[in-house]
Amino acid sequence: MSTEVASTTQAPPVLEVVDLETRFHTARGVVRAVDGVSLSLRAGETLGLVGESGSGKSVLGRTLMGLIATGGTTEVSGTVRIAGQAVHELSGRQRRKLWGPKIAMVFQDPMTSLNPVRPIGVHLTDPLRLHLGLSRRAAKERAVELLDRVGIPDPRRRLEQYPHELSGGMRQRVMIAVALSCDPEILIADEPTTALDVTVQKQILDLLGSLARERQMATVLISHDLGAVEGRTDRVVVMYAGRAVETAPTTELFAAPHHPYAEALIGSVPALDAPPHTVLRAIDGTPPDMANPPVGCRYAPRCNRAQDLCRDQMPLLLDTSPGRSVACHFPVSVALPDVPEVPDGANEKETV
Amino acid sequence: MRALLRRLGQLVAVLALVSFGVFLLVAALPGDPAAAILGPGRPPEDYAALRAEMGLDQPLFQRYFEWLGQALTGDLGSSTVPPYLDVSDRITAALPVSIELACLGLLIALLIAIPLALVSAYREGGLVDRVVSGGTFAILSIPSFLLGLLLIMLVVETLGWLPRSQWVRLSDSVAGNLEHAILPAIVIALPEAALFTRILRNDLVRTLREDFVLAARAKGMPPSRVMLNEALRPSSFSLVTVVGIALGTLIGSTVIVEYLFSLPGMGTLVVTAASQGDFPIVQGATLVIATLYVLINTGIDVVYGYLDPRTRRVHA
Ligand SMILES: Nc1ncnc2c1ncn2[C@@H]1O[C@H](COP(=O)(O)OP(=O)(O)O)[C@@H](O)[C@H]1O
Ligand SMILES: [Mg+2]
Repeated sequence: MSTEVASTTQAPPVLEVVDLETRFHTARGVVRAVDGVSLSLRAGETLGLVGESGSGKSVLGRTLMGLIATGGTTEVSGTVRIAGQAVHELSGRQRRKLWGPKIAMVFQDPMTSLNPVRPIGVHLTDPLRLHLGLSRRAAKERAVELLDRVGIPDPRRRLEQYPHELSGGMRQRVMIAVALSCDPEILIADEPTTALDVTVQKQILDLLGSLARERQMATVLISHDLGAVEGRTDRVVVMYAGRAVETAPTTELFAAPHHPYAEALIGSVPALDAPPHTVLRAIDGTPPDMANPPVGCRYAPRCNRAQDLCRDQMPLLLDTSPGRSVACHFPVSVALPDVPEVPDGANEKETV
Repeated sequence: MRALLRRLGQLVAVLALVSFGVFLLVAALPGDPAAAILGPGRPPEDYAALRAEMGLDQPLFQRYFEWLGQALTGDLGSSTVPPYLDVSDRITAALPVSIELACLGLLIALLIAIPLALVSAYREGGLVDRVVSGGTFAILSIPSFLLGLLLIMLVVETLGWLPRSQWVRLSDSVAGNLEHAILPAIVIALPEAALFTRILRNDLVRTLREDFVLAARAKGMPPSRVMLNEALRPSSFSLVTVVGIALGTLIGSTVIVEYLFSLPGMGTLVVTAASQGDFPIVQGATLVIATLYVLINTGIDVVYGYLDPRTRRVHA
């Protein structure tokens, strides 16, 4: 009943991830970089994906695009559905058809993400000609429009320039234009501002926000900085050591985080009125070795609320209220539902 | 324009240095040219007279500038060994052979190396990669004269696919020339191909780990286009350097191959002249080879500018 109501009021998800796992077999053992993450995203929705460096955000982003797939020493399980298609069941050729028109990515470092020996223009015209079949001339005109739209002055001249002739902020604008070139339904922005000057960061995030709104594009905004996600996303998934530990509507998360890790992260965001260069209050301790994580809750060794249960048993991601869930035995300022009900026949995967 | 002039100035300076080096080197060689020409057992006055006639009693610098002045007009003197031919003529006859061998050899080497490196790097550590790695290693460890002998035995003696004939000049008959040039070119090409493959493969592997390759893949580019359009050019800088050096070096150092295949190239010319004490030829040939070497490397710098826009001069 309730699901029917939901489906009539809301569009079907453009991105659905169910129990996704990415494992790397390395000399040091198996690295579970993504360890059972589920989420879903509707058109026009913006999801924040936050966590410390090394928590598996980039691997998750690349796996859900299908850029990382089973092969060699890498193993992927679970399901990713983009526009209804199970990405990891597609052939390489079919999957590449999604990259550009259905899903696109903006990468972390604009200094290294453009080919240094190719002019800006071909970075844009390549996907336009490949996916949309535009002629050389039409692709060039479209490239000029795109550069103009992402706020690059004198776009026609820029087409002939090489990446090293542009500043970091300009290069990231180019990367955004490349990602938008085939009008994707889903945009994954993997720490798009981490490598940029503070003054440029806000401009780029604002640009991404306005582009996503005007195109009704579903966006995953990856960041190690909760501050970048606040006020720009509808919902947030907090990742720790490859797992989603809390998911919540953004405003609710900032008002009352449930997971001790989320609470600590929020505590480390500098207040808006703090003087510049205030020393961040970092979280004590270091993330676990991903090739050899602790048995119970992975955050337990750093958690001030941890008890024996936490060191023994991995907490499951459980709903605390509609749209909110937390994976913690002793969450902050909320009670867990009594015994998790298991409705018969239902798949017990939490979907964010 | 200013940069071009500066470049030209540099080139002239290097060439002056090279020519002086060549001159000094030959002047310092043991043995008396007069003795070599006249043979032993003449009265000392004869030798002295000939040396004076050849200008050998003049101070070193004066001799250098005279030699250089003539060399600039294309006159490198004449051989001191009968039939006393013009050095320039001997070089003009031998040089095309060597240049053709070197160019053909390198062309074959690149035609082998580039595809092999691309497929090896595409699946790093895969079966193809390991087979190619083993193969190139094996070829590099075989001396090239052995390779040449084996090829001659197989292709000319046993199979009889190619004739064992006198060298045919390219201008006389293209087919006849190629029939004769192809085997030595292959002998030259194989070790170079092995070296090129290893260098390019390693640089490709490194490039493929770059963010911009991931970004290109994320645009939906098929693997072949990622390899050819994105990865190949930024991976080719070391290869270009090595090819340039190989081209410059090969022109004067294909002696073994020239000997094996009895080719009238620069290697044969210099070695024969040196053993006969024919100094003008050694001097002239070395000057030409060294000059070519410098010019080729200047050309390589120009190729760099094309390959890597970051090394291009920024227009003020
Ligand atoms: N190709 C790989 N092989 C082995 N381990 C990897 C590979 N890629 C990423 N990892 C590991 O996966 C973990 C998550 O990495 P990543 O997703 O880049 O973190 P984040 O983006 O959150 O900073 C890290 O421990 C990293 O070392
Ligand atoms: Mg990352």
